[in-house]
Amino acid sequence: MTDEPLVRWGWIGSHLAYLRDLTLDHAVIALVPVLIALVIAVPLGLLCTRFPRLYQPVALVFNVVYALPGVAVFVVLIPYTGLATRTTVMIPLTCYALAVLVPATVDGLRAVPEALRQSATAMGYGPWRRLAAVELPAAVSYVVAGLRVAAVSSISLAAVGALIGRGGLGYLFIDGFQRTFPTPIVAGIVLVAALALVTDLALVLALRLLAPWAAHERRATRRQRGATQ
Amino acid sequence: MNWLDWISAFVNDPAHRSGPDSIVHRVGEHLAFTGEALLWASLLAIPAGLLIGYTGRGAFAVTALAGTARALPTLGLVTLAVLLAKISDLTVLIPLVALAAPSLLVAAAEGVRGTDPQVRDAALGTGLTHRQVLFRVCLPAALPTLLAGLRTATVQVIATATVAAYVGLGGLGRYVIDGLATKNYPTTVGGALLVVLLAVGAQLLFAPLIRYSLPPGARAQRRSLTPKESL
Repeated sequence: MTDEPLVRWGWIGSHLAYLRDLTLDHAVIALVPVLIALVIAVPLGLLCTRFPRLYQPVALVFNVVYALPGVAVFVVLIPYTGLATRTTVMIPLTCYALAVLVPATVDGLRAVPEALRQSATAMGYGPWRRLAAVELPAAVSYVVAGLRVAAVSSISLAAVGALIGRGGLGYLFIDGFQRTFPTPIVAGIVLVAALALVTDLALVLALRLLAPWAAHERRATRRQRGATQ
Repeated sequence: MNWLDWISAFVNDPAHRSGPDSIVHRVGEHLAFTGEALLWASLLAIPAGLLIGYTGRGAFAVTALAGTARALPTLGLVTLAVLLAKISDLTVLIPLVALAAPSLLVAAAEGVRGTDPQVRDAALGTGLTHRQVLFRVCLPAALPTLLAGLRTATVQVIATATVAAYVGLGGLGRYVIDGLATKNYPTTVGGALLVVLLAVGAQLLFAPLIRYSLPPGARAQRRSLTPKESL
């Protein structure tokens, strides 16, 4: 290493618009797959709870999918979806998010107390209304916990897409490495971590606002756990 | 060209049969890096995790650390480490250890913390010292969680070691990166498939280990399939 400083503030100052565009691209590549996965995971999780036999094979498939290395999957997809396209990166990211969200949904639905379910039935709720008004709201804290893990991992994984030419902020790592210029790399690491942090906080806040009972519930269980120690 | 052609071209390439770029040699390198990184990560993280789990202190720090570690992009860490400290096996090993350690730390802490408090009190009541309780009661009870964490860490390191080929590390990532650079598609796909095989193999290897880490009587109670929270 020569006497190149770790961060050249001048470079960052003159590339603000560029960094903003990369961050936005990164957010789309990383977070749209999580949303798609959520839309698939909730019905799939419901199916797995209704038909418990389904869950074992589904869990096995997703455990294996979760073990697949990102670079390898991107590469294998290239002939079908093209080099350096968003799709090539977004398909595997959707699968990784599913691998987290499906078990989270199933765990959440399974944790709904049987007494709660029976009370709803006793009050005259039909199966669909019970699902929408009782079971899903009761499971929401588990789903959001899964969403947080999925979103944060997706944001850091998306950067690997840079190796096949489409990784949002990940491009900064390739660029900085090829030019022996650490500034873009540092900027990239900080922006990826910041994007992950902001997304995580947004999810926590969303849970507080949309489902205050769930936030309260989590705090209560934590307090309980603390008391048993 | 279809899949079978690519695979046969990859396997039949004379360079992949013997010498430094042979498949056997690359798989060996990949496994060696993975093992080395896991060993260092275990030595650092497991004792700390056991202690944190047993005392209950620093649990918040562990959660925060695990969250941060998940958010850090591997490729960035690897390229930065190499730029700052020149390329060597040790330089690339540091980010790999840094990635594996949080999973292990969280798994060890969660596993020990999850021990039934009544069992722990009973052990103390029969006159065991804290050290004995930790190693004879809590550690065996934590073993499945700990192994699940080790499995996560192993898979992560296998995947990340592939990325590290970008900065010049050996192993299977060489095929993927070099194949991409020279537009040699069979090599890239062959390397990628080998990585997938290795990762899935590691995943499958852990399933019986986790299952048989508990005595038969205790097995029936544990049916949670997804130790995802230990991630």
